[in-house]
Amino acid sequence: MQHPEVAAILSNAKEALALAKDLNALDSVRVEYLGKNGRLTELLKSLGKLPPESRPEFGQAVNLAKQELTTLLQVQKQLLENKSLEATLAKEQLDVTLPGRGLDSGSLHPLTRTLMRIEEWFLKLGFKIAEGPEVEDDYYNFEALNIPEYHPARAMHDTFYFPDGKLLRTHTSPVQIRYMKSMKPPFRIIAPGRVYRKDLDISHTPMFHQVEGLMVDEGINFAHLKGIIDQFLRAFFEKNFETRFRPSYFPFTEPSAEVDIQCVNCEGKGCRTCSQSGWLEVLGCGMVHPKVLDNCGVDSEKYTGFAFGMGVERLTMLRYGINDIRLFFENDLRFLRQF
Amino acid sequence: MKVSEHWLRTYIDTPVSITELADQLTNAGLEIDNLECIETDPKDFLLTLKIPPNRGDCLSMEGIARELAVLNQMHYQAPQTLGLIPKGNHQFPVRVEAPEACPRYVGRVIKDIDGSLVTPLWMQKRLQQADIRIISPVVDVTNYVMLELGQPLHAFDLKKLDTEIVVRFAKPGETIILLEGQEIKLEPDMLVIADKNKPLAIAGIMGGLDSSVTPATKTVFLESAFFNPINIRLTARHLGLRTESSYRFERTIDRELQSRALERATQLLLEIVGGTAGPIVEFYDDTHLPKNITVSLRRSKVQAILGVELNDKDIVELLSRLGMTLHLTDFGWEVVIPSFRADLLQEIDLIEEIARVFGYHRLPSENPVSHFVYDTLSENQISLDHCKKTLIDRGYFEAITYSFIDPKLLELFDSLSASISLMNPISSELQTMRTSLWPGLLQAVLYNQGRQQTRMRLFEAGLGFKNEDQKLEQKMLIAGVATGDLYPLQWGATARGVDFFDVKADIEALVKLSGRLEYLNCEASHHPALQPGQAATLLLGNKTLGVMGALHPKIIKALDLQEPVFVFELELATLQQSEIPKFQMLSKYPAVRRDIAVIVGQEVLANQLKSAIVECVWDLLQDVVVFDVYQGKGIELGKKSIALSLILQHPSRTLVEDEVNEVVEEVVALLVNRFQAVLRE
Repeated sequence: MQHPEVAAILSNAKEALALAKDLNALDSVRVEYLGKNGRLTELLKSLGKLPPESRPEFGQAVNLAKQELTTLLQVQKQLLENKSLEATLAKEQLDVTLPGRGLDSGSLHPLTRTLMRIEEWFLKLGFKIAEGPEVEDDYYNFEALNIPEYHPARAMHDTFYFPDGKLLRTHTSPVQIRYMKSMKPPFRIIAPGRVYRKDLDISHTPMFHQVEGLMVDEGINFAHLKGIIDQFLRAFFEKNFETRFRPSYFPFTEPSAEVDIQCVNCEGKGCRTCSQSGWLEVLGCGMVHPKVLDNCGVDSEKYTGFAFGMGVERLTMLRYGINDIRLFFENDLRFLRQF
Repeated sequence: MKVSEHWLRTYIDTPVSITELADQLTNAGLEIDNLECIETDPKDFLLTLKIPPNRGDCLSMEGIARELAVLNQMHYQAPQTLGLIPKGNHQFPVRVEAPEACPRYVGRVIKDIDGSLVTPLWMQKRLQQADIRIISPVVDVTNYVMLELGQPLHAFDLKKLDTEIVVRFAKPGETIILLEGQEIKLEPDMLVIADKNKPLAIAGIMGGLDSSVTPATKTVFLESAFFNPINIRLTARHLGLRTESSYRFERTIDRELQSRALERATQLLLEIVGGTAGPIVEFYDDTHLPKNITVSLRRSKVQAILGVELNDKDIVELLSRLGMTLHLTDFGWEVVIPSFRADLLQEIDLIEEIARVFGYHRLPSENPVSHFVYDTLSENQISLDHCKKTLIDRGYFEAITYSFIDPKLLELFDSLSASISLMNPISSELQTMRTSLWPGLLQAVLYNQGRQQTRMRLFEAGLGFKNEDQKLEQKMLIAGVATGDLYPLQWGATARGVDFFDVKADIEALVKLSGRLEYLNCEASHHPALQPGQAATLLLGNKTLGVMGALHPKIIKALDLQEPVFVFELELATLQQSEIPKFQMLSKYPAVRRDIAVIVGQEVLANQLKSAIVECVWDLLQDVVVFDVYQGKGIELGKKSIALSLILQHPSRTLVEDEVNEVVEEVVALLVNRFQAVLRE
């Protein structure tokens, strides 16, 4: 039911509401019409002045108008709020393609990366890591490994000496000796570390890294050596390639072998990396020589075992396609960042 | 060793192709290093073999042919050595004074040769293919027989020999001029071939110039001997001489070969330069010759080592082909070793031979079975890998530098007397073992600064080598350098250079790994490589952890580095010691934070203030944090403002306002009294 006075006020209110551009203006409209002294509120206050019979009708008309206006205000408020939020969001919009801020991270040296992979594989098999000094005695580096002073095999090791007769270890094999002498079998160790030989040319640096491995127990034989080396090389290169065990000579192992893998570059077809042979030599190994066991106080009749030694630089170069060994020790950031 | 295919095939007639032959040799342990075609018509290949040091028997054509015969299960044609019937009876006396060093000495005189003749082309070619120089027919023949049979020979011009040949050790002060004109001072442990008065040759290594054969030589004395390999090796090494002859003697030649080689050389010599040969004169001393060796071989051991059961017939057949004689026993065989295999001395050597000839590729590959070894599960050490990963997370790249450095570089950091140096370095730049990792890292910084890299954080872990109280300590160190901007070039952040406290934070992060940060102490100190006032000794509990600081401007200038550079070096063993965490009850009651700022003298250290506060209000203090340090405008010169935040908490109740105020007043009073601090309002 319409009441002319109420209808006029409501109509004014609707116009004002349509003109309100923001929440403040909207609130002013609310105060003007619905506030304590608002125009619709005032109408209700004047209710008492009306004759009693027209009061209910008028009261109802005002209340209906109030309700309608309240609803309209709420809708309009929601609208304006949404608009305002949209405006804020638009203002706060980011270029998400900008890079993150703060410190960047560095990286491990590729040789460490390789060492960690090798260690991880053997640790899972129950091998332990053993370490030894780099400045070594002749005894541990040569004598105990069945390489007496006059032995021709010493020519294979271009050794750095100190004036007092000590030397820089030429391989990680002395760690075997130190370990076996101080522990009781069974032994399962790998010994990673720096080694030194007097050699400097395009494919040699006077310092390089080896990982030595040793497993000694009752009943360990050459088939086990082949088994572990095969599995390790396939795991390391993540390739199910052929390996080739060739007889070789190391004074501290017998039988001794050098192990070739199918060239990772050409898959055995023959290329420059493998000098057309299809094979790449990656490590040396063999059954621990009974004299070496005896030298360490291990009963060579009861225990047998194998040892192996691999060049970490070589494995790393093959794994990541690095073509120059000298890069490892130049520490060029452009090189290091790639790992 | 270099071998021509053609020449090799004169001893062994096999249809097997050259590449297959090469593979056979490689798979039997005589690795073919190179195979190249040297002639196209008829085709001939040159094989370069890597002969392992134990296989002296393969340093000859005959040795390689013998090996191929074994591998192909056939026979080889031994070089012809018809026993000659000497035409003359001319002899020259030989006396061996050192039978321990020369257990066999065989010789003969050949006279009326024509030294003006030349070596036939076929022989010249074979010598040249093996990289042996053509000298004269007599010398060429001795070299040829050495290549063919593996026995080094020597020829003397008999006319220049006085009275007799004496094989003896050199006398003090004796010298000799070698074939190549070089004068050698002989030592009393060097074996020489001498005549009545003077040394003529260094036995088994090189002949002397005076007694050498010339085109004018009419009569020669040919020597074929067995010298003790150890003596030859020691002398050759002492003199730094390595000859084809010494190379073979060192590796032990066939003790039975001397007469046969002499006959072969005589035969070739007479064919080329004519002359008549006298009878062979031989000295030998059985007690010093390598013995006839018999080795016991157990069938069980073959299986134990190789992991495969081979049948008896195969083992016997295989070892027989290698020239061994086998006698059956209860457990296996007694094996007689042929004289040319001086490397076979014990059971394991025979097992290797079986594996080698049988073929490694035919042996099984199996998973080992081994006993468990129980390990401790210690928590009191953090791993090096963990430290490394922490540093790379904080922007460091891992470097690896040489363990030996230039002593001149080392001197900038440490006293040379604390270091050890190599006797035979590659160069003076790689001579002295590092006592610190800084020199190597700084060289890497320099290298990169020269390549437009100015922002850099590098670390290295490795041994430092230091003489402490006459004893060499090889300590594992972990060291780092930081230079250039703190952050990589980026948007929305103000660029600033890395500083002392950025690096200190890296060290704190490392120490935190072990849960021992509260024990870390940083004391101002002096270090020759560090800038005074920006150098600190780091202590962890009562142990020295290391040093850190700004690199001294003098060193920056000397190395031509861009400044500033911050460095640290820690002893890994100290850093690694870890503490097992012990749980502290959590308080359920709220913590209260109160900030105070005081002005103190510049010389007052932050940790002095901190420890004084801790001492004073330890029971309620959860933490005290320095959150601002300010010097400059508004603060008197020589003073600084330090702002501290106190975090207070009671374990079993809520703190009341009055209580907190009381504590703060107590702290302020303490700072005022002890440090003459002025409270900033």
